[in-house]
Amino acid sequence: MKNAIIKIISKYNKDRTRLMDILIDIQTEIGFIPDYAVTQIAEDLHMSEVDVEQTVSFYHFFSLIPTGKYKIYLNNSAVSNMMGRAEVAATFEKELGIKFGQLTPDGQIGLFETSCIGMNDQEPAAIINNLIFTKLTPFRVKEIVRDIKEEKPVVEMFSASFGDGKNASELIRSVVSNNIRKIGPILDPNYKPGEAIKQIVKMTPTQVIEEIKKSNIRGRGGAGFPTGLKWEFCRNASGKQKYIFCNADEGEPGTFKDRVILTEFPRLPFEGMVIAGYAVGATEGILYLRYEYKYLEQYLEDILENARKKNYLGKDIGGKKGFNFEIRIQFGAGAYVCGEESALIESAEGKRGEPRDRPPFPVEKGYLDMPTVVNNVETLCSVVKVILHGGEWYKSFGTTESTGTKLLSISGDCRFPGVYEVEWGFSINDMLDMVGALKSETQAVQVGGPSGALIAPNEFNRILGYEDLATGGSLIIFGRSRELLNDVVLNFTDFFIEESCGSCSTCRIVPSVLKNKLKKILNARGVMQDIDDMVEWGKILKASRCGLGQTAANPVLSSIKNFRHLYEEKVQKNKVFDSGFDLSMAVKEGSEATSRIPNF
Amino acid sequence: MSKPVIATTSLAGCFGCHMSILDIDDRILELIELVEFNKSPIDDIKKFTKKCDIGLIEGGCCNSENVHVLKDFREHCKILVSVGECAIMGGLPAMRNGIPIKECLDEAYLNGPTVVGNTEKIVPNDPELPILLNKVYPCHEVVKIDYYLPGCPPRADLIWDALTALITGNEMKLPYEVVKFD
Repeated sequence: MKNAIIKIISKYNKDRTRLMDILIDIQTEIGFIPDYAVTQIAEDLHMSEVDVEQTVSFYHFFSLIPTGKYKIYLNNSAVSNMMGRAEVAATFEKELGIKFGQLTPDGQIGLFETSCIGMNDQEPAAIINNLIFTKLTPFRVKEIVRDIKEEKPVVEMFSASFGDGKNASELIRSVVSNNIRKIGPILDPNYKPGEAIKQIVKMTPTQVIEEIKKSNIRGRGGAGFPTGLKWEFCRNASGKQKYIFCNADEGEPGTFKDRVILTEFPRLPFEGMVIAGYAVGATEGILYLRYEYKYLEQYLEDILENARKKNYLGKDIGGKKGFNFEIRIQFGAGAYVCGEESALIESAEGKRGEPRDRPPFPVEKGYLDMPTVVNNVETLCSVVKVILHGGEWYKSFGTTESTGTKLLSISGDCRFPGVYEVEWGFSINDMLDMVGALKSETQAVQVGGPSGALIAPNEFNRILGYEDLATGGSLIIFGRSRELLNDVVLNFTDFFIEESCGSCSTCRIVPSVLKNKLKKILNARGVMQDIDDMVEWGKILKASRCGLGQTAANPVLSSIKNFRHLYEEKVQKNKVFDSGFDLSMAVKEGSEATSRIPNF
Repeated sequence: MSKPVIATTSLAGCFGCHMSILDIDDRILELIELVEFNKSPIDDIKKFTKKCDIGLIEGGCCNSENVHVLKDFREHCKILVSVGECAIMGGLPAMRNGIPIKECLDEAYLNGPTVVGNTEKIVPNDPELPILLNKVYPCHEVVKIDYYLPGCPPRADLIWDALTALITGNEMKLPYEVVKFD
């Protein structure tokens, strides 16, 4: 085993910035990161053991203790619960005879929870040894557990046919479905790879940036920073090397559009990276891909290899002398916060994914302290279309403030969950019609995932766009039967507690305080003051360093704003104060420890 | 006008905060002129004999008796003040909060290095004894607390200023030196 570790470390030239890759390879090879691996890495990479350990402990898919030959990660997102996760989870526990977070006594099978894995349109879903299993049912779980006990390889456990489109291709072979429901310029099936590269070699980098600026395209991750401006800043920044990052760490619960793009149109974002590289003068690009999409690795590597063969990547691209650009894939290891650009860069450098203080912004000082552009997958796809058809053409879609189209990941209580490409300016009402959700049956829509807003029917006429409802594209529909506070707000708050990097005390503490208050209200012990307290406490989160912390109270704040009656009907009207303290519960453990029966 | 009535108690504390009250030195004579003490270790009155204006609480709640006393204080006092770190946050006693009670008791009465002579391996379980709570609770997680005086212990000056402010109805002076802790 030790030799295997040494081999892995040398494969990455004992480069400290490749720690993520080293750890991923060891985790894959051995099943966990043993003590002696930590020691070996620390020695070879000239870093302290705690530095190695703190990176290991940061990521959900790394473990310092054995996690079994078969590792089952069942998604615990709100939509997964809505689609029957409870029965699936119970069946896993019953069939395996263990609880979540445990290993079977023989050490062969581990059962774990995980945050949204980008399969919201086909829940409940799980990852077993890097392969995705969708639409699980108790019956399917029994089959899977039986196969595992027979020690079948995981690839042979699929019983259903492969998913649609490229999911069935030789290099993916996955049961995941694309569910593309509506196509537009980005999802246009007539796209010809390489065309845009032929275009840009005829332009100067500045002309490319001008064209992008003309299109008014803004970042598709949710924050909406103008892309052309970002590129220009990076181009003008000084640094001997510059980098282009494609952010494919879509971790916002309910988002899965990047997965579909990378499955059906992977050449688009890669081409977008090449264009960005040309425009800002970068020769290296990194696709930062979330670990949950590890099953796409071979396929994407193959696409890159083909691009190299066709001279769309590598040296003298498109026949233009000195136009060099190379792309590598960097996997994450399960951390939502790494979708934040500076945390993503930290992670790609082999560190904990903790957001950096800004300024300096990545365009000045990013990856390895060099000027770096970080763009969302979808942004880079749009860029290709802008180059092909022009900024003016692009502006013909959408609204003045929000040009172009947006890929929406729609899930929840509707007939046709999936990916829809619509023009910005689309209203929530139209969206509900489009996906087959009855307005009379719809209680709420979560726009932009947990960090976004929970919208009530009286606001369904609002539109998607940077001027109104800015979103990275996650839309979750909740029907009348859903208990919004318990099924949604509590689940989302748990998500933020789980995914906080722990750096800012606000984000580390306040979401837990809010959760306690929420549970108190759900337990019928709340009073009016608790609702007001939550609003006040929630404001403190604005002091956090990154977007995750700043929005961690949004599930609570936005539901109080739009659904205050749900809170008010649960609080006690005859009391102004209730601490929620329950003496009989508090003395339970103490009575048992001393074999006494409390008598108050 | 009758004098304001004060009650004090020490729950899961070390009596350090009460010592700090005594640390107001000769001002205690002034205080006696200003207020009347009811249930308190200072005058050894064990039970409330009337409604009080101000209750000072030292320590958090580590057992069932603490909870009963604290609730009794809430019932009898118009204003309750958490005095010191333990009342506010649980303090040192709360260091046991991450450890199961059984483990704590075993360490204290059976396995600890200082345990001698417990040949019958008895963990105290007399019905007269209060029952330990699953964790040490700060006072405000049990009853409503109106004010908090930080410190371990809070300085005598801080206690004095708080009391005089409450009694006179004036705003409290909180100079930096009184609440800084390093």
